[in-house]
Amino acid sequence: MESTIHGREIRKDNPVLRKVFRVAVWIVLIALAAFTLIPFFWMISSSLKIDREVFAFPMRWIPETFHWENYSLIWQRVPLVTYFKNTAFIALMVTLLQTLTSSFAAYAFAKLNFKGRDVLFLCYIGTIAVPWQAYMLPQFIMMGYIGLYDTPWAMVALQAFSAFGVFLMRQFYRSIPTELCEAARLDGLSEYGIWARIMLPLSKAAIATLVIFTFVNTWNDFMGPMIYLTNDANKTIQVGLRRFIQQYSSDYHLIMAASLCSLVPVSVVFLCLQRYFIEGIATSGLKG
Amino acid sequence: MSQTEARRIRHRMGKQERKNTLIAYSFLAPNFIGFAVFTLVPVLCAIALSFFEWNGGDISKIRFVGLDNYASIFAVKKVAEKGIEYFFTRSDLGITLKNTVFYTIVTVPLTIVCALALAILLNKIKGALFFRTVFFFPYVSSMVAICVCWSFMMMKNGPVNQIIMALGINFNKSWTADSTMAMWAIILVSVWRNMGYYMVLYLAALQGIPKELTEAATVDGANKWQQFLHVTLPQLKPTTFFVSVMMVISCFKIFDVVAIMTEGGPGRATKMLVTYIYDEAFSKIRYGSASAIAMVLLIIVLLVTIIQFSSEKKFSND
Repeated sequence: MESTIHGREIRKDNPVLRKVFRVAVWIVLIALAAFTLIPFFWMISSSLKIDREVFAFPMRWIPETFHWENYSLIWQRVPLVTYFKNTAFIALMVTLLQTLTSSFAAYAFAKLNFKGRDVLFLCYIGTIAVPWQAYMLPQFIMMGYIGLYDTPWAMVALQAFSAFGVFLMRQFYRSIPTELCEAARLDGLSEYGIWARIMLPLSKAAIATLVIFTFVNTWNDFMGPMIYLTNDANKTIQVGLRRFIQQYSSDYHLIMAASLCSLVPVSVVFLCLQRYFIEGIATSGLKG
Repeated sequence: MSQTEARRIRHRMGKQERKNTLIAYSFLAPNFIGFAVFTLVPVLCAIALSFFEWNGGDISKIRFVGLDNYASIFAVKKVAEKGIEYFFTRSDLGITLKNTVFYTIVTVPLTIVCALALAILLNKIKGALFFRTVFFFPYVSSMVAICVCWSFMMMKNGPVNQIIMALGINFNKSWTADSTMAMWAIILVSVWRNMGYYMVLYLAALQGIPKELTEAATVDGANKWQQFLHVTLPQLKPTTFFVSVMMVISCFKIFDVVAIMTEGGPGRATKMLVTYIYDEAFSKIRYGSASAIAMVLLIIVLLVTIIQFSSEKKFSND
């Protein structure tokens, strides 16, 4: 739009029309944003009502009186703290193990020459294409034999060694010039030293992407915990919330309050780190 | 150079190479061991398990049955008796396949249109960052919370029905309890949740279109619409292809929305392929037939992936 040719064109068209167009785009965008946010708004509004007010006719978008006590009620009725702790534990362990092991493996795939590298890498890529739902059953049976059934470690083991992390890090490491590693090798740095002192510091952006992806996915994971975690003391926030919904199915206001609480941690992480998240999708997603 | 010296050098090189390989393996080991135990072995076991019959419990009760599991999920006997219609109208696999395919062919184009429209509106506008965050937000918010919220909103007397009634359409039933609307409820939530994700991909692609191209079109006297049709859209082809493949695969794996909103009901109206696998594996504990259905899913997903790989060259611009 900044080019001179374009500038002349604009002046040639009707400037009023252009302005109208601009305003129209804004109005459409605001309407769409409102549509996107309505469920969240309704969730907040319902969480502050009393149960029979939620489906009153005609509906009220803003509750008559704000029932903040709903929020203290849910902390008594649902072991939300336990759920949060379990989820945070799993998310942290997965993120830590995933980032560490996959950046380690990715270094070998990207910068070292060894026998069978390409075959092994193909193996990794191949399993990205295999849907987890196709092999979740044998995995579940195996976890039972190892004795991990109904423990948070099952969830950690399930997600910590994903091929996706290795793939993402490898793509990034390949963009780092090999000369850098060679120079370091000549200076007498071992391969481990190169990984720790050169590759790791250079790949902060990629690691940030991987960390936030892993964290959000683990936090929001539903099917895995649903299969593995049966004891209430081990449940994550997603399956715990679902149990609460099934138990108090008509306490709409409380369900909405609990749902809103479950959204808070992941929203905070997203809003703080969204740049990495969105850039990560834009770059890795397209080439994935 | 004498022969012995050459041999010594070769020997040292071999030693060096072996040492390098060892170092490489030490880098791979932590990830590979976990990967092999928790992914590679289960994948192989899944294939094998589909030829066995086993209802959990003692592993000594496992029995090889050949293709029996496949015969039973495809309802071979009944189909031979009553014709192929039986498969699609009565058998679980037929119905779940039909539902999953319907869900996929509606959701994929709808999401693409929404994502593309959002990306185009957001491209080159001030305040794009704010809107991008808003449209992306549903994608990161947890499934259970948003699905429950939507199903409440679509209940009898809920806000969605109140709006519909105000528009003059006489429909006041809970969407998730109605056999046709339940599917649309799931599609709506899926599109709403995922459009922001694909919008980000389209935004990146739009920013990659060379400025000279649109400028040249403007100089040639093309209006905005012609520009979009003849410059932007063709430039977005590789992205659209990639996005559709990714989305088809993820649609075939749909489980969460269905499990939370309808549990496959009413009846089998929204039962999907993965819901069926889950039921067979964890409710009915028929490991053999669950694995056979899992193989159907695997084959579909692999076919889509192969199509992607073989036509990737055709669709990429560079």
